[in-house]
Amino acid sequence: MADEQLPKAVAGPLNFVDDRLGTVGFMKRNVKKVFPDHWSFLLGEIALYSFIVLLLSGVFLTLWFKPSMLEVHYHGSYEPLQGVQMSEAFASTLHITFDVRGGLLMRQIHHWAAILFMASLMVHMLRVFFTGAYRKPREINWLIGIGLFTLGMVEGLFGYSLPDDLLSGTGLRITQGVLESIPLVGTYGYMFLFGGEFPGVDIIPRMFTLHVLLIPGIILALITAHLMIMWHQKHTQMPGTGGTETKVTGYPFYPVFMAKGGAYFLYTFGVIALLATFAQINPIWLFGPYDPSAISAGSQPDFYMGLLEGSLRLMPGWEITAWGHTLSLNVLIPALLPLGIIFTGAAIFPWLERWVTGDHRYHHVNDRPRNAPTRTALGVAMVTFYGVLWLAGANDVLAEKFHLSLFATTYFFRVTVFLFPVLAFIITKRICLGLQRSDAATMAHGYESGTILMSPEGEFSELHKEPAASEKAKLLSKEEPKAPLPAVDANGVPAKGTKGPIGHLRTRLALWWNADTVPIQGDGDPHHHGGHETEEGDQPKQLTH
Amino acid sequence: MTRFTAWRRRSWAGYAVVLAALVAIGAIYAGVSPATDQAQASGSQAQAADLAKGKQLFNQNCASCHGLNAEGTKDSYDNTIAPSLIGVGAASVHFQITTGRMPAMTTAAQVPAKKVVAPFDDPENVTAVAEYVQSLGGGPGVPVVPEGGDVGLGGKLFRTNCAQCHNFTGQGGALTEGKYAPNLLETTPVQMYEAMLTGPQAMPIFNDTTLTPEDKAAIIAFIEAVRGEPNPGGAGLGRMGPVSEGVVGWLVGIGLLVFAAIWITAKKPKKLKKS
Repeated sequence: MADEQLPKAVAGPLNFVDDRLGTVGFMKRNVKKVFPDHWSFLLGEIALYSFIVLLLSGVFLTLWFKPSMLEVHYHGSYEPLQGVQMSEAFASTLHITFDVRGGLLMRQIHHWAAILFMASLMVHMLRVFFTGAYRKPREINWLIGIGLFTLGMVEGLFGYSLPDDLLSGTGLRITQGVLESIPLVGTYGYMFLFGGEFPGVDIIPRMFTLHVLLIPGIILALITAHLMIMWHQKHTQMPGTGGTETKVTGYPFYPVFMAKGGAYFLYTFGVIALLATFAQINPIWLFGPYDPSAISAGSQPDFYMGLLEGSLRLMPGWEITAWGHTLSLNVLIPALLPLGIIFTGAAIFPWLERWVTGDHRYHHVNDRPRNAPTRTALGVAMVTFYGVLWLAGANDVLAEKFHLSLFATTYFFRVTVFLFPVLAFIITKRICLGLQRSDAATMAHGYESGTILMSPEGEFSELHKEPAASEKAKLLSKEEPKAPLPAVDANGVPAKGTKGPIGHLRTRLALWWNADTVPIQGDGDPHHHGGHETEEGDQPKQLTH
Repeated sequence: MTRFTAWRRRSWAGYAVVLAALVAIGAIYAGVSPATDQAQASGSQAQAADLAKGKQLFNQNCASCHGLNAEGTKDSYDNTIAPSLIGVGAASVHFQITTGRMPAMTTAAQVPAKKVVAPFDDPENVTAVAEYVQSLGGGPGVPVVPEGGDVGLGGKLFRTNCAQCHNFTGQGGALTEGKYAPNLLETTPVQMYEAMLTGPQAMPIFNDTTLTPEDKAAIIAFIEAVRGEPNPGGAGLGRMGPVSEGVVGWLVGIGLLVFAAIWITAKKPKKLKKS
């Protein structure tokens, strides 16, 4: 490349830019940056690309959408709503749907992209959690991610509410109830947001400004920060792929990763377009305009709000009335507690884990989920908690489609929302430890090849084989936990950090975190039986001796 | 843990786990499915050949539960088994029989609609029983649905009065205690009118003061319009709102993109130039 002479028409402007901005030096340093390669590292990119689609399709929609609650009578091309009174917001959404060329497709692209944006944020965060990629030095990016998810929920709720159809009005009514349930300031907050009695005429224009300007701006800024920090800190890598804490292995950004990223953008766009073409979403003309006196069976929010819907449906009707004021625990608790547990838990988890394990090192190589059984089990317990509340949010649909009693589903979920996470924790932890044991067995005397040998004496045995080098590197990536702090040092004095109730708690938690961990040793060679004792599978040793 | 480990290695442990799981699933299902009693033998009390055809059909198909004089029956605890039919009118009888709900096979939380069986597959027999019941104490007769309902008005009335149970496109919905609002995909205009008029099962009665005949005709016109309307945006996904959309977004959307991610990362570049 360097020995070829660029044409003057190209070289001139490039030199102009380079002389002023120094881009060549920057590009030289960065364009060859190495990125580790694993399919799960692409999950976050779905969110990035669907956000681009959201921005583009959203701009298209704003060209016709009228964020106004002025009452009009509909006279567009959708016959069943002819002459029906509705807000201008709803009428303009109908106009986009039925009278703007490509309008319905754009609306559906926007909505499906929003669904994929939130879903991919969830799977991306789960990948980061279960591989321990949030550990030092990436705690800030983890917090930014939680912030992005929270903003995405609010942004989605506002977008869902803007068309002013029957479902979105129902969602707004719940928003109003949640605001009002906040002690002391609730009613003031509600009047401030809605500018008067529900629904008023202010809420749609206000949400529109927040939806198209403020929140997307913050999301864009946070995404930029997220990516710049990722670029600066380098991406984590999967264990056993040749990388170490000081060396990144993978492919250079240019040309490999750029091509893959570009292709993946096209895939994301393609899947969104495919869904938008063949799967109808948010058919507002069927919902009809919002009317505070109307409601439909099967009124649900979009999936990322389903958890809140579910917790609201499960909550018993507890209220405290004192001194002429009502404390609506039946709305306050489901609105704040489940999401509070999940988000607060996720946000403090990196620090909590560091405090418990005493691990303050940098981590650029990910954990295999099985090698951090307590973390994996806690994560699965949280997923289960979320999942039960999610299902509970659709309990009337479940009851209707599967011919169950609605009350029975409510009681079932009320119990299982507490029970299933505990079960999930125990089961997941045991599965992880079982997988560790299997890894230990492989490293101790090779893997079971499935080949059955018969000795001259007529004895049958299974042939064990040595795993490939990359497989061995993967299995050996497990870090053995640090020994817990001794309760007393050599002089009989309680060690620093184990004193007091906090120190005791920390010692207990550290023991719990590493309980039953299986050390993985050996070289995977079936001929040298490693020192690791196993309960069975000794035949190959006898055979090969 | 060692005792548990020893236990689960027994030869019968696998069978025990499967058996326990089956028992648990059965118990859970029994707990959550709406209470169902045993089917009642639909006996025939055919007597009295000199009575009119309607009374004869009534006696053959209805009287075992509703009583020989349509006065209803009660069990020994004074709970109603079948209600009195005196004064329910021909509209109610016509609705119950033509939707297949009566003669009932079971007394579940709610009697389900089913295929109409003999002798009521012949509309004349339905009319005969309906007229017989009408003669016992009056009540609303089989209505004639007025033509030309206003679809826009009907949609508004449907969303205000009906959608909270039947869903915004009449897909049905769950109610309390195992009851449910059925979907309106197959219901005929006459049946819809009769349902509003007589309030079968869990449904409230919408008499002509609450909803005038024009209102009823408008609601029926709206349902027929919605049923016949194609989905302009692609597959309707059950026309039931965000639950099915979320399922599709996760299974199809994220599913396809995870597949694409695995595919893209499985492709390794053959050779990279050193530079």
